Formats: sequence, structure tokens, C-alpha cells
Amino acid sequence: MLTTDLEQVLIWRAERDRIAAAEPAEKATLLAGRAQAIRRRVVQMIMAAGQGHVGGDMSVTDILTTLFYETLRIDPADLPENRDRFILSKGHCAAALYATLASCGYFSPKELGTFMAEGSALNGHPNRVKVPGVETNTGPLGHGLPVAVGQAVGAHLAGSPARMFVVAGDGELQEGSNWEALMAAAHYGLENLTLVVDRNRLQQGARTEDTNGLDPLDARLAAFGCEVRSVDGHDHLALAEAYAPPVTGGPVAVIANTIKGKGISFMEDRVEWHHKVPTSEQAEQALLELA
Amino acid sequence: MTAVDVAAPVHDNRKAFAEELMALAAADPRIVAVCNDSVGSSNLVEFRERFPDRLINVGIAEQNMVGVGAGLASMGFVPFVCAAAPFLTGRSLEQIKADVAYSQHPVILCGMSPGMAYGELGPTHHSVEDLSWLRALPGLDIVLPADRAQTREAVRMLAAEPRPTFMRVGRHKVPDLPEPSTLERGRFQQVRDGADVTIIAAGTMVSRALQAAEVLAAEGVTSRVLNASWLAPFDDDAVRAAAAQTRAIVTAEEANVSGGLGAAVASLVATLPAGQRVPVEILGLHDFAPTGSTNVLLTRAGLDAEHLAEAAKAAIARA
Ligand SMILES: Cc1ncc(C[n+]2csc(CCOP(=O)(O)OP(=O)(O)O)c2C)c(N)n1
Ligand SMILES: [Mg+2]
Repeated sequence: MLTTDLEQVLIWRAERDRIAAAEPAEKATLLAGRAQAIRRRVVQMIMAAGQGHVGGDMSVTDILTTLFYETLRIDPADLPENRDRFILSKGHCAAALYATLASCGYFSPKELGTFMAEGSALNGHPNRVKVPGVETNTGPLGHGLPVAVGQAVGAHLAGSPARMFVVAGDGELQEGSNWEALMAAAHYGLENLTLVVDRNRLQQGARTEDTNGLDPLDARLAAFGCEVRSVDGHDHLALAEAYAPPVTGGPVAVIANTIKGKGISFMEDRVEWHHKVPTSEQAEQALLELA
Repeated sequence: MTAVDVAAPVHDNRKAFAEELMALAAADPRIVAVCNDSVGSSNLVEFRERFPDRLINVGIAEQNMVGVGAGLASMGFVPFVCAAAPFLTGRSLEQIKADVAYSQHPVILCGMSPGMAYGELGPTHHSVEDLSWLRALPGLDIVLPADRAQTREAVRMLAAEPRPTFMRVGRHKVPDLPEPSTLERGRFQQVRDGADVTIIAAGTMVSRALQAAEVLAAEGVTSRVLNASWLAPFDDDAVRAAAAQTRAIVTAEEANVSGGLGAAVASLVATLPAGQRVPVEILGLHDFAPTGSTNVLLTRAGLDAEHLAEAAKAAIARA
């Protein structure tokens, strides 16, 4: 099990406090800067490992940054039972999660250099037994939301104010387990549960709408009892607003409209970058664009 | 004796699988492929181009995928249901039990990239429980082709006489086995003979077993090597003969040891008369693997030629 990096936690706390106190324009700038730093780190990790899921990492980064620097009531150095919980259900984007967790100090950012290396805690898919900040193991798609429903019911039973956030891929929503979980979430009135859909419109082999279409996704999620909020998934302020508790008393579904490969021109909205690894020239170009 | 060339070219069996399936589909309109957003990883891109209507991609929904396969089979089609082995078996286990094995719908379940092929992607993506899970299902054949020729033959046999079947289609590259590399339902193939020990290996382990036999031969130990290419129905006769004719048995599989090849061999050997109850050493996986490449993880589990040879000597010492 990796251990908390207290020095890094202090850095994260200071940055988080600054973001909390900032006016909207400055807040947006600070969050965007943090997100770009995480993206650059992810590109470096994938280059060192020689594998990874760069497209989905880039599309989910702003979603993660806003959660960990603005919304979640968490602190890596203090993990009470009633903390908010975060699950990256699209576990193939572990690199983006690891880079985010390390920037918060859940473990040392130096560990990121071992991504997928022999014996590393940082496996290709997140493992809570080895990595602090990971609440449940993911990798097979369609597992996060049911676990979060259990956490949300548990919080109700315990009288805890904790909120549960799950990020799922849009292709991932083709798994029936998600819809079973949503039915339960509405049935139990889980206002403490928020599903964030990384709606980049691409899955592994093709566009979602050419594979097994999800639209009208907003109407479908609403029909399952969610309070639906559709936002630009790269707009940190819009995301922060969408992460607010519901007004209706049921689960919230945030459709974060994103671009797979966001921030790297030659990857944006291109299906082949689901898990392709850049050449060193492409990586150089990517890091320049993400500067 | 069969010499093994350790520098022999190695192959990804998914390619042979896809080529054979396409050749058969051109002549047989009953053949369809069903997949889960795995057109690329199941090597079905060309199949989709040539037979767009006969490639049913249900999206990332494995339970639905296996149910759809059963429905197609019940309408007279021959469905090859293709997905990464861990999700095909783990996610859809009840569909495989109720809709395929119990209902006896002739669906060919093709577990792509099985075993530890996904290396660093970790235990969620390793398919090492499949043999234990599926061996528990009556009426389901289990086929583990060990090279390209066996992969092609499996596709041909199952297309000609479809029955409820799970076959592993290896991604981790393996050399072609010595010719003739044939396949027969319910039979192991003897790929080398010897008197001291029998090594029974499946899939990727067969070529490693042949290498281990070379290591042992250099030390004066002779080995019979069996290719356990058809795991269910099980080849009781081959195991009985091994117990009667050699002094010990070692099994090797890219799978968890709790219920696969080794467990099947051991439970049969336990029923033999006292004089034939030879020692059995079972090599395979025991835990969720740490981070590592396929080769690193196989070696760590003792699934390489050197460990196999050591296990053989240990088994003989117990005889
Ligand atoms: C149960 C299961 N089936 C298949 C896969 C293989 N797989 C990994 S990522 C992926 C595509 C995911 O698409 P999406 O959810 O849209 O994620 P994103 O676009 O954000 O990468 C697939 C099919 C898996 N991990 N789990
Ligand atoms: Mg997607």
C-alpha cells in the first residue's frame, strides 16, 4: 500500500483554498492550469509505460480536477468514515486518476514514474488494496455505480452527510448494471449520489451512436429518475455548478459533454486514440500543446 | 524425440482464428459473429467489412451478447461470440450456464486474449478463472488450441458440428507445434514420449512443456508431453495411461489451479488403484497477480520451462 505524502497534501490544501476563495474568472484559470498539468503528467506516464488509454484520460481530466480541487469533501491526510467518496468506474483511465490523486498527496507524485512497471502499485486499473484514494477496484466496465449505490444507502443508514460521485464512460452505459443501479438509486431516493457521464461519444472501436446508441441520453436518464444536468465537460465552473446537490431529492446525472483526446489536436475526437501510444515526436508535440 | 527451436517464430492465434472464420463464413451463411465493442481486439475488422450484416456488435454489454448468441443459435445460425475472455466468462457466467449449457444452444464462445495475455492491465483483465468456472458446467465443451493449426481446426470442427463450447483464442504469441498438429474432441495429443514423467500442458504451456522436456532430457530424464487441447469432455484415458506408464505427472496451465486442468487430472488420479496413484504436481496461478508483463507473471507463477523441469523432478522424487 502506498502512503500519504504529507508535504504534497499541504501543497494541495493551499491550492484548494486559493481556488475556493477565488473569483469565478480566477477560479477557472486556476482549475484549468491544474488540469493541464495533470494532462502533461499523464502523457509522460503513458510514454514511460508504453501503454495506457490516453483518449479517455484527456476527456476525463477536467471532470476529475473539478471534483478533487473544488467539490469533494475529502483530505488525503484525514479519512473519516463520513468523507465523500469518488469512484472512477471507467477504470481504464487509471493514469488520469493516479496523476490527480498524487497531486492531492494521496501518495508521492514520484510514484507516477512507476505506472504499470513491474511490481508497481499503479496497475493498469486502480486497486484500492494498494493505492490510497481508490475506493473500489474497477476495470471491468459497469461496476462503479452499483457500489456507489451501496455507499449512498450506507450513508443514509449511518446518518452521514457524505456524497458519492461516480464517473462512467458513455460507452460504459451500455452495460445493464448501470441501469439496474439507477433504478435502485431512484427507488431509494439517493440524493447523495451523483453520476457523471464522460460523454465523449466514442468507445473503444467506434462512435457510441454507431455501436449501440445512447441518445436521447438525457431523456433516458430522466426517465430512470435522475435529475439531469448537461454541461460542457471541459468548463470547470459549469462542472462545479453541476456537482451541486439536487433540488428534487433523487440521484443526479451530470452529462459532461467532452472531447476524447481533449487538448491534443491530433487526438481530439479520433477513435484510434482510445489506447494508442504516441511516438516520441507526437508526445513532444502533445506536451507543447498542453503547456 | 522432438527437438524444440526456442528461436522459432511465434504467432498470435487470433489471426488464424479470424482468417479461418472468414473463409468458412464465405461459404456458410449460417455463420455469424457477435461481439462487445471488440471488433478490433477480436480481429473482426475484415469480417465486418465482408459480412456487415453478420457482425452483431451489441456494444459493451456481455450478458446481452451471450443471450443474443443463444437466440441466434436457436434460429439456426452458428454464432461465434467473441469478447475478451475475462468479460465473456466472468460477466456472462449465468448466461453461459442457463442460456448456453443448460439450454444446449450451440453457441461457440470465443474467449479472446485469455490467461495473463493482458499483463500489466491487471487481474480484472486476466482470465485465469475461466477454466474453473466453466468446467463446473455440464454440457459445455472447453477447447484450448495450442497453436495456429489447432485454432483453425477448432473453428472448422465447431462450424461443421456446432455445440455449446468455450474456446480460448490466445493472444500471447506461441510457436507452431511439431506437425501434424491435429485436434480431436475429448482427446489430448501426445507431442513427445518418455517414461519417467508425463507433463500435461494446455494452450500457451504446451511449447514450454516441450522446452522443459529438453531440459530434463539433458539430465537423463525422459518425458511424455500431452497437449490438453480439449479439456471438456476430459480425456480420462490419456491420464490413466500416463499414470500406468510413467512415474509421475506434472500439469501446467495459464489458469488458477483451483479447478482447471490440474484439478481434473488430480481428481482422476485419486480414484486409480494404489499402484497407479502417481504423484501429481500442479502448476498454475494461486493469487491475483501483481503488476507485470505476461512473461514476468508467467515466470513468477512457475510457468516456464525451468520451473516445469524442477516440478517434474520433484514429482518423480515423490514416486
Ligand atoms: C466489462 C468490460 N467489457 C469490455 C471492456 C473493454 N473496454 C475497455 S475500455 C472500453 C471502451 C470504453 O468506452 P467508454 O466507456 O466510452 O470510455 P472512454 O470513451 O471514456 O474511454 C472497452 C470496451 C471492459 N474494460 N470491461
Ligand atoms: Mg466514451
